[in-house]
Amino acid sequence: MKLTLNIWRQASTNASGSMQAYKLDGVDEDMSFLEMMDMLNEQIIRDGGEPVEFDHDCREGICGMCSLYINGQPHGPSNLTTTCQLHMRSFQDGDTIDIEPWRASAFPVVKDLVVDRSAFDRIIQAGGYISVNTGNAVDANAVPVEKKTADEAFDAAACIGCGACVAACKNASAALFVSAKVSHLALLPQGDAERKSRVLKMLDQMDEEGFGSCTNTGACEAECPKGISITNIARMNREYMSASIFGEK
Amino acid sequence: MSKFDSKVPAGALADKWTQYKSEVPLVSPNNKRKLDVIIVGTGLAGASAAATLAELGYNVKAFCFQDSPRRAHSIAAQGGINAAKNYQNDGDSNYRLFYDTIKGGDYRSRESNVHRLAEVSASIIDQCVAQGVPFARDYGGLLTNRSFGGVLVSRTFYARGQTGQQLLIGAYSALSRQIASGRVKMYNRHEMLDVVKINGEAKGIITRNLINGKIERHGGHAVLLCTGGYGNVFFLSTNAMGSNVTAAWKAYKKGAYFANPCFTQIHPTCIPVSGHNQSKLTLMSESLRNDGRVWVPKRKEDCGKHPSEIAEEDRDYYLERIYPSFGNLVPRDVASRAALYVTNEGRGVGKTGVAVYLDFSRAIKEQGKNRIEEKYGNLFEMYQRITDENPYEVPMRIFPAVHYTMGGLWVDYELSTSVPGLYALGEANFSDHGANRLGASALMQGLADGYFVIPYTVGNYLSKKISDPKVDINHAAFDEAENAVRASLDKLININGSRTVDDFHKKLGKIMWEKVGMSRNGEGLRWAISEIQKLRKEFWEDVRVPGTKDSKNQELEKAGRVADFLELGELMARDALAREESAGGHFREEYRTEEGEAKRNDEDFTHVAAWEYTGDNQEPIRNVEELVFENVELKTRSYK
Repeated sequence: MKLTLNIWRQASTNASGSMQAYKLDGVDEDMSFLEMMDMLNEQIIRDGGEPVEFDHDCREGICGMCSLYINGQPHGPSNLTTTCQLHMRSFQDGDTIDIEPWRASAFPVVKDLVVDRSAFDRIIQAGGYISVNTGNAVDANAVPVEKKTADEAFDAAACIGCGACVAACKNASAALFVSAKVSHLALLPQGDAERKSRVLKMLDQMDEEGFGSCTNTGACEAECPKGISITNIARMNREYMSASIFGEK
Repeated sequence: MSKFDSKVPAGALADKWTQYKSEVPLVSPNNKRKLDVIIVGTGLAGASAAATLAELGYNVKAFCFQDSPRRAHSIAAQGGINAAKNYQNDGDSNYRLFYDTIKGGDYRSRESNVHRLAEVSASIIDQCVAQGVPFARDYGGLLTNRSFGGVLVSRTFYARGQTGQQLLIGAYSALSRQIASGRVKMYNRHEMLDVVKINGEAKGIITRNLINGKIERHGGHAVLLCTGGYGNVFFLSTNAMGSNVTAAWKAYKKGAYFANPCFTQIHPTCIPVSGHNQSKLTLMSESLRNDGRVWVPKRKEDCGKHPSEIAEEDRDYYLERIYPSFGNLVPRDVASRAALYVTNEGRGVGKTGVAVYLDFSRAIKEQGKNRIEEKYGNLFEMYQRITDENPYEVPMRIFPAVHYTMGGLWVDYELSTSVPGLYALGEANFSDHGANRLGASALMQGLADGYFVIPYTVGNYLSKKISDPKVDINHAAFDEAENAVRASLDKLININGSRTVDDFHKKLGKIMWEKVGMSRNGEGLRWAISEIQKLRKEFWEDVRVPGTKDSKNQELEKAGRVADFLELGELMARDALAREESAGGHFREEYRTEEGEAKRNDEDFTHVAAWEYTGDNQEPIRNVEELVFENVELKTRSYK
């Protein structure tokens, strides 16, 4: 395969960036998208240039480190797939591919395609946990959890924190990410004690980070590589209303 | 040997840990506040240790090279976590878990450490459930289990095929809570580039801020390395791209012994290599072997055919044939070597001929597609995404790949390396898995070390440091370490040669896989040592690292890691050469039984080889810790 790649280059957070075009030949359809990027970088280095920086680590779709806005879609054209699991068989010989970083003011560009997603960490730090010190736990089977509930909690907990939901949203809202954690912990009996304070604190932090508002377009769900459902956002809104009315706020 | 004190407490095996805990000195809460602990790595071991030590009141500084502590490679573990809960009432106990781990490790691990691991295993599950880890449950709402290779009970807890993710998110959330409380200061996108020693004790680290290249000094009363394994020395492995040996290797070069580096685990169920641009291999949980049947065609001529065209009687279910009692559930090393042999015989399948089938057709027929989907749905999807084949209809193609490294920094019972104040937890240490790790035991060990072991053992060391002032980061030892780090980075940038870092890494990987991989021999190992030395020399003369050291520079990060792999690879080959026996993941072709199985040499090699650094390009010293087995009888592992 022969490709033309238009890639966002930006030297640092405060530098201005631009799209640059690269030609790449000899791409195999069994290669992953990031292996194609590796190949491009090898070519750039051999030609005396500076390779394109992009985030990636596990390359098996679970660590959430890879990103990339590919032809206008977070993680590219395949559904339920992270960029590292996207394969070049999804493209055609002769294609031009636009590759950009996540675009959201809460995720500033660090360099090239690398963005700073520490806002997500701070939202979790605000309340995305159950306060249980090591050693405090009761026997694991002391509290049965209905299978359906446990499965639903798992579905929400499957979020990998990649930020595609934010990148997909026209408002750069983090509602899907936050609601996944709120749901995961609200569904489980273990999370019940902090249920009200958690949703309030997490949403406050979300606002403070500068994410936009959710207008229920569903773009986040459509682009989420883990299929996190927007029903979680509905649950989060219920939790928030209930906590606001009956909680400490 | 007097050089070693593994500090194993006296007393009966089952009482050692209880006894230790009741006698270990404690640090008072107001003294804990004065003590600083540095933790490098935020996987299961690092995040759990950081959270727990902060809960106890210590000041913790935690470091990870990823953009968030939640990314650490523990997240990719799929299958599950073992614990001797005996919820299934199938005869499990602490002793059974201990025994299975010792036997599975081919009698090359320390009894006391392994028994402690089994003892704390049940508490891990309790802790994780309390954190909100959504383990699989049955319809009564209670936790369910699956079985794993090498054991006869069902003791593995799991969260679909994403157990590592869920456990790591649990530990990460506990860590996040402590970051919010101010007890943990978290440094994302920082890489540790050296250990600083003052008067023989670890007192800090030198790090590089990966965003702006800034070299930083961090002092602490103790340093914990929770930095994972070194499987990426093979270039292609199931490790994350960033997984590296650098922290452990710098510790080795500062006097910490590196134990059993040749003990690497090759995982039998990975997606086979498809092309020369491949950057990593993807593992699929070996839980698949619970229901999948491994086979190749009986005749070479059939290998090119579509699997559906090969009649049942022309298929060789070789694991079921050779190992009737364990069948497809033999331990990882046995399953991997069997796959190597059948492909060496020319009976491999797929485009490359380097793969075997893992077939679910019988399980789907007997249990229904829905049940199989429920158990393995995400693994099947992942397989299809990568290979473009539907495993519900066509058998999967699998082949072994480097997955886990049992070797690592030598530690005593307290998880202290041979440098006082420097600890190693999780995969970074050598301690619990001997020559071969059982499935679902890595997660158990990482969390055992971090949640339940280190909080006691590091306290023993820190209790003697309560009147020590804050570490002075202007001490000459910090100057010296920082200057060395800067010099090494400058050197890498200034070579400005003609070959890329990956080019060297791939060459190293090829040498390692072919000669220091699944099957090794003396001649090949000697050849590997000299080839690695040559390659290392070429690297330092001809590598090209573009960019500067004062900005984000992924090539520079990679170059530093590969430079360390180029040294480690040689040590692995030396260790494999010196260990004249076959044990677990270390298979020497010269030492096998008449049936071709691994043949241990208990008389001469029931010991840990702990390598001591003596200087660059100098032969390291091989120290020996004898392993004493008082509670189990050494047997030839048989899974037939």
